[in-house]
Amino acid sequence: MNYKSMDEANKAVIDKITGSAPFLVDVVPAKDKIKELNDGKVLLHAGPPIKWEDMTGPMQGSCIGASLYEGWASSPEEAEKQLAGGEVTFIPCHHVNAVGPMGGITSANMPVFVVENRTDGNEAYCIMNEGIGKVLRFGANSQEVIDRLKWMQNVLGPTIANALKLTEDGLNLNVMIAKAITMGDEFHQRNIAASLIFLKEISPYIVQLDMDEKERKDVIQFLADTDQFFLNVMMATSKAVMDAARQIQDGTVVTAMCRNGKDFGIRISGMGDEWFTAPVNTPQGLFFTGFSQEDANPDIGDSAITETFGVGGMAMIAAPGVTRFVGAGGFDDALATSNEMAEICISHNSNFTIPTWDFQGACLGIDARKVVETGIEPVINTGIANKKAGLGQVGAGTVRAPKECFEKALEAYAVKLGLI
Amino acid sequence: MLHTIIKKNSYQDSINLMLLTNSVSTMEGLNKVQIMMATPANKDIFKDAGLHTDELEAAESNDMAIVMDTDDAGMVDKVLEKVDQYLKDQSISNKKQGFETVRTWDKAVDALPNANVAMISVPGQYAADEADKALDRGLHVFMFSDNVSVEDELRLKKKAHEKGLLVMGPDCGTGILDGVPFAFANVVSKGRIGLVGASGTGIQEVSTIIDHLGEGVSHAIGTGGRDLKDPIGAITMMDSIRALENHSQTEIITIISKPPAEHVRNEVMELLQSLSKPVVAVFLGEKPTEYVGNVYQAYTLAETAHIAVDLARGNEVKPDYNSGDFTVENTNLKDGQKTLKGLYSGGTLASEAAVLISDALGLGTHIKNEEGYVLKHEGHEIVDLGDDKYTQGKPHPMIDPETRSKFIEQAGADASTAVILLDFVLGYGSHDDMASALLPSIKKAVAAAEEDGRTLHVVATVCGTKNDPQSYDGHVKELKEAGVIVKETNNEAVRTALNIVGLHVEDNEKKHVEGGKSDKKFDLSVSDDIASLVSERPRVINVGLKGFTEALEDTGTQFVQYDWRPVAGGNARMAKILSLLK
Repeated sequence: MNYKSMDEANKAVIDKITGSAPFLVDVVPAKDKIKELNDGKVLLHAGPPIKWEDMTGPMQGSCIGASLYEGWASSPEEAEKQLAGGEVTFIPCHHVNAVGPMGGITSANMPVFVVENRTDGNEAYCIMNEGIGKVLRFGANSQEVIDRLKWMQNVLGPTIANALKLTEDGLNLNVMIAKAITMGDEFHQRNIAASLIFLKEISPYIVQLDMDEKERKDVIQFLADTDQFFLNVMMATSKAVMDAARQIQDGTVVTAMCRNGKDFGIRISGMGDEWFTAPVNTPQGLFFTGFSQEDANPDIGDSAITETFGVGGMAMIAAPGVTRFVGAGGFDDALATSNEMAEICISHNSNFTIPTWDFQGACLGIDARKVVETGIEPVINTGIANKKAGLGQVGAGTVRAPKECFEKALEAYAVKLGLI
Repeated sequence: MLHTIIKKNSYQDSINLMLLTNSVSTMEGLNKVQIMMATPANKDIFKDAGLHTDELEAAESNDMAIVMDTDDAGMVDKVLEKVDQYLKDQSISNKKQGFETVRTWDKAVDALPNANVAMISVPGQYAADEADKALDRGLHVFMFSDNVSVEDELRLKKKAHEKGLLVMGPDCGTGILDGVPFAFANVVSKGRIGLVGASGTGIQEVSTIIDHLGEGVSHAIGTGGRDLKDPIGAITMMDSIRALENHSQTEIITIISKPPAEHVRNEVMELLQSLSKPVVAVFLGEKPTEYVGNVYQAYTLAETAHIAVDLARGNEVKPDYNSGDFTVENTNLKDGQKTLKGLYSGGTLASEAAVLISDALGLGTHIKNEEGYVLKHEGHEIVDLGDDKYTQGKPHPMIDPETRSKFIEQAGADASTAVILLDFVLGYGSHDDMASALLPSIKKAVAAAEEDGRTLHVVATVCGTKNDPQSYDGHVKELKEAGVIVKETNNEAVRTALNIVGLHVEDNEKKHVEGGKSDKKFDLSVSDDIASLVSERPRVINVGLKGFTEALEDTGTQFVQYDWRPVAGGNARMAKILSLLK
């Protein structure tokens, strides 16, 4: 180990997190940044590695949608045959500097946000938010879904890319996040303030673009309608920051948390890119009319990178508007949740102070040791997918990261350090 | 047939679950029920109770396990409902708390950066580790936890002494620091008498009598019962004595202990004789014959309090405070009714009773605790029901009347019993109304004896003050109305009981002699941390039992509640790995 103590190593990791300078610089087709997507039929997915046959309904549904979108198949049946027949290569988003929401399915031509972390020069990518209802990330793959993805590829992506080119040096995300957290966002369940800030920042540039007026109006309308638009920007931001922090190859700070519907995976700073997995839990929460806990798919998606960064469920207290998801108690429960999360974190991130938390900063640096010591598992705010493919979102709620991942990580690290 | 309910990840502390078990046991239709966390140790307890099931075996340390034996499967839901209601009521009462609750040491220290005392009431096997962590953070330790090894105690006390800190305990049941009651303690007026005691109810008895006599206590520092024994050598006692010597508001120093190891006794005595302040000492089981120099040795706890009060007031100290008229008229005993049954919840009160009875029987004043009996001789029995023997898997008899109720009924059924002797210890931590809780059994025992043609006498002492959370006067009144003879001190109660069976204690007239000063020079200085412990209001991190915060809240003391749980849920392998990843 390069540090005198674990605490010192962890301090170095959290200094990387607070010192990061993420900027939104571009939107490009995924294949432009992720070379692996150019080698035949390749799909990225959420969570730690998983095989087709182990994927739950929503992820399989997304894969089928992506095959149709990329034109690899002309019918869902054909797509399924290819997927089941091993014609498609699967790679976790996390392995190629990317993150993906819910199923996380990302294919070559989907536009992705490019977030650059200026302190370390690394980049991270995430597909754009499709809005709510029938959407690919929840496993829907009807023509409506494919058409929207095409529109995002041909209109939305290039428009935002062109607008960003007009900015001097991209959008300073730390500033936008700091503003939005004081406006009631926790960046996982609630992104409405950040999405509005994004719209406020980008519109002056969009109006300057030389483009079709109908398309300009559609883009502005889509951004105005999509409350969770910023979530995917936040995910790429969190990934860029936590990947930079991973350069410190010592310590017990959690650098990634993600789920594939079957396994929950984490990484810790001292163990590089190794995953430590345990079976995922199923989220508990509020359901849309007509659905119940019975319909809930097990926990899925890379969006827990936001909790890794210290927001989302960790920052529940910042978002009184979504506290009902943590129980009937409301504000007091949200406060108790964030206070509990602070117990397993090393410090507070003074870049993002939370007014409702007496201006304490958001949680900073989940210490796997504290998780194991206290048995307090990180809480994740999450959308809940229907366990059947293609039916989309059925509710939203919270879920816990299984303790077992953290135990395995610490055990492996103790072995690596020759302590046991 | 056995039924099991497992509540995953639902941690409650053991006292809570024992009280819950008691409450659920009263339900009709249950043969037996046990509610505990499903730790490996508790699983053995289930096994012993014949309540072991496969579901229980599969449960983990952070799961709450309810196993019941019932012939009516419908009881399962009723029990679950009752349990949920109990836990829910608790969460409602928790909700309005005005203090901060944390789950780690780091957060505790963040929440109360100027804390100076950690009150530790975690299970014994974990207590030493937590005390270590407290000392590392520069905190004095009040260690309520018992079952701590003597090796750990010695190590912790040495470490504390080197750092200029105090370890009060382990097994320290009581304490008062600057008027703030710790654990099982009474609301005693503040004053100029400082106590240091190696026994819980000894401190409670002396401090409440001082309060009755119109004086008050500056501090009452508990040391834990083994402090004056080998190999500890009175480390805490001596540091505490120095602390009180340096504390200007303390004018009289009083120490309370069972007889110490001989060389420890000599060393402590030498230290006491080198002090500038008058000292009252009681070593229960030693019957002193004189007062030497500035050290006034007493025979009983009541005498200790009386001497301290007279010294504080500048009155001349009398040669004896113990003797008096304890006659009871119309005892109306049958021929075989000769024996005393002392059923005590306070260990030191039980010892004091044993010493006096043993003395009256001509057996000397040295007593031994064997199997929970502090005295067992020709039918006379003095039982310390707070002894480990009776508290395995059950709350202490100061909290829970159950065990004592059984003993009272048994004693009443014994045709040789003339007198049942009882103590009612009030104060924080104790049962809300033990008089009402025990009276049904007392009345039952008296009535059963009467049916058998015997008059059964019940003599009791109430250890408490008028400012205690329970009603002192109410206790006395309720007991008297039920025919119980109530005495102000344990000394009087025991002598009254002895009188009923025609026995009495010869007391020594103690002369005051000069001398005792040794040539040895003692360093009487104390560390800054100890000096501020006695000169300032304590600021407390309460590690463990939440009930102890009641006294802290009522006295407006700054504190933070640390909802302690075993490291890594009691998983020994993970705890080891955590200790290596530093």
